[in-house]
Amino acid sequence: MNKGITITQRATHRFVTVTMALLFIVISQPVLAVITIEITEGVEGAIPMSVVAFDTSSLPIQMDTDLAGIITNNLNRSGVFKVVNNSKHPSKPHYSKDVDYAQWRAIGQEYLVVGRILNKTGGQLDVQFQLLDVLKQKQLLGYSFPVRLRNIRSTGHEISDLIFEKITGIRGAFNTRIAYINAQTNKARKYVLQVADTDGFNPQTILESDEPLMSPSWSPDGQSLAYVSFENKRPEIFIQHLTTARRSKVSGFKGINGAPSWSPDGKKLALVLSKDKSADIYVMTIATKKLTQLTRHRSIDTEPVWSSDGASIVFTSDRSGSPQLYRVPSSGGQPKRITFEGRYNSAADLSPDDKNIVMVYGEQARYQIALLEPDSGNLTMLTTNNLDESPSFSPNGRMVLYASTENNNGVLYMVSLDGQSRHKLSDQSGDVREPVWGPYKQSRQ
Amino acid sequence: MNKILGVTIVSLLLLTACAQPKDAGVENQTDKNGTDGQSTAVDANQTDGQGSATPIADSDTQASAMENSSLTAQQLLEQADTPLASRIIYFSYDSAKVTDESMVLLEAHGNFISENGNVAVRLEGHADERGSREYNIALGDRRAQSVRRILLFQGASSDQIETVSYGEEQPLEMGHNESSWDKNRRVELIYQVK
Repeated sequence: MNKGITITQRATHRFVTVTMALLFIVISQPVLAVITIEITEGVEGAIPMSVVAFDTSSLPIQMDTDLAGIITNNLNRSGVFKVVNNSKHPSKPHYSKDVDYAQWRAIGQEYLVVGRILNKTGGQLDVQFQLLDVLKQKQLLGYSFPVRLRNIRSTGHEISDLIFEKITGIRGAFNTRIAYINAQTNKARKYVLQVADTDGFNPQTILESDEPLMSPSWSPDGQSLAYVSFENKRPEIFIQHLTTARRSKVSGFKGINGAPSWSPDGKKLALVLSKDKSADIYVMTIATKKLTQLTRHRSIDTEPVWSSDGASIVFTSDRSGSPQLYRVPSSGGQPKRITFEGRYNSAADLSPDDKNIVMVYGEQARYQIALLEPDSGNLTMLTTNNLDESPSFSPNGRMVLYASTENNNGVLYMVSLDGQSRHKLSDQSGDVREPVWGPYKQSRQ
Repeated sequence: MNKILGVTIVSLLLLTACAQPKDAGVENQTDKNGTDGQSTAVDANQTDGQGSATPIADSDTQASAMENSSLTAQQLLEQADTPLASRIIYFSYDSAKVTDESMVLLEAHGNFISENGNVAVRLEGHADERGSREYNIALGDRRAQSVRRILLFQGASSDQIETVSYGEEQPLEMGHNESSWDKNRRVELIYQVK
């Protein structure tokens, strides 16, 4: 068995075996990162700013976590900012009163972040930061976070969100989570459903199986995942609560049970069933398991996703002869085709404002992630690889998470909506695929 | 709909084609003895004609089953170099159409299953890695369903057949190129003798 998992079990808190001996559910506390951010492209016109290393001199221990580094990576990944490498910093102030603005203006900086981590009693830390406008020489934001050491990365993401929102006016989505499938397909096949921070750190194993796991979908409250598991040698849909690890099978019909997608109100699940006929879209009321058939066609109908108001569902169908996207009212009705360019358009995700659709666009031997603006029909290629798939919007709609293939392994990428900023979440240990970006966390207050 | 019809027609044609050499003597006699009018009637009832040809084909297969009557289903499955030993059906890109070659193979499997009520087969449909994963699940399912229909047509009973699609989740070949993809677009026949 996998060494990492064994360690997780020993250290762990809850370990439940369900249904089959082959299957493990492991809920774990954050472990060491196996995914690291790799910056692949710079962006023209990004806002220049600096995040000075936080002062940790009052702490009794050497801190491993580089808070300024977390913030720097986050802001760079957004494509909106160009955060200067700390080796270029002219000085290392930790309080606004110590900032010599002229120094930072001289190297073209528009914003500056300074901060410190102070030691409090009872294992509490006090993380303080200030966002400064270099040109106006004034503070735009100043916050103090009481936090425990083990949650320090999360504080880094919260600070990133505050900075992002203050400067762009758009809510930040750094302090959210992603789910994905990590497959080891070399020797003994193993499939692991994991949840991690948006920078790939703190991966936690939700479920591990010798049979394929597929198609994770977040509940809108971020508390549960629906997914497909082949643990009984055929596809079945399960819902699992993340912190309690309680899980239940919600769909185990003959044939396909696939592509679960949670409705925005959390009460329904769109899914795909074939029941020995062709694949069709159904809507299940989760509490009662009552099913309504939404599409009825001899073609393949699959990959349903809800509009944010829950009123319509976009799905993939090959009824025209090749896979294309269609939209149908979620209460039923006639599907309308919405993609007309390209031979292969599938696996849609809708932006939270419903104005953008990302999808897999296939032409010849290339499968790329494309952005479609349904109102104008504008189509933009966001990626340039050959085997890209599973695009998923960030909850603020500004970034797209997707899977690509490199050196025979699946890797995760994030790309900004203009396609200019593309960053890899690289993982040396497996074949990572099917990433889905989770919702905003419930507010701190 | 068209695809199913297509498959059915192709399999009907193949059945006829396969039956012909063996039945040639019988059919020639009919031709010789028949008047023009009668042969026209036969042409017009092409489908009926095939129906009436079936008992002959059946007795033929019964004969071959008797030849092998000393062998159990398990032993038949373990024989090398027979059509039954080939248990993978390959498909073209984004297609669930069974090729003529595979049709001949599936005829042997269909006969075997229909003659051995203690045999069950699981049809595992697969797709190559290109495109989206759930679409590929549906594609693998469609492939397994077309194989299922052919086996049923050959006389297998529906309770002997189970289908499942793994989409692109379980490739045979790990390469990211045409030759790997060719081998990964497949339906595997997995037998169980009760």
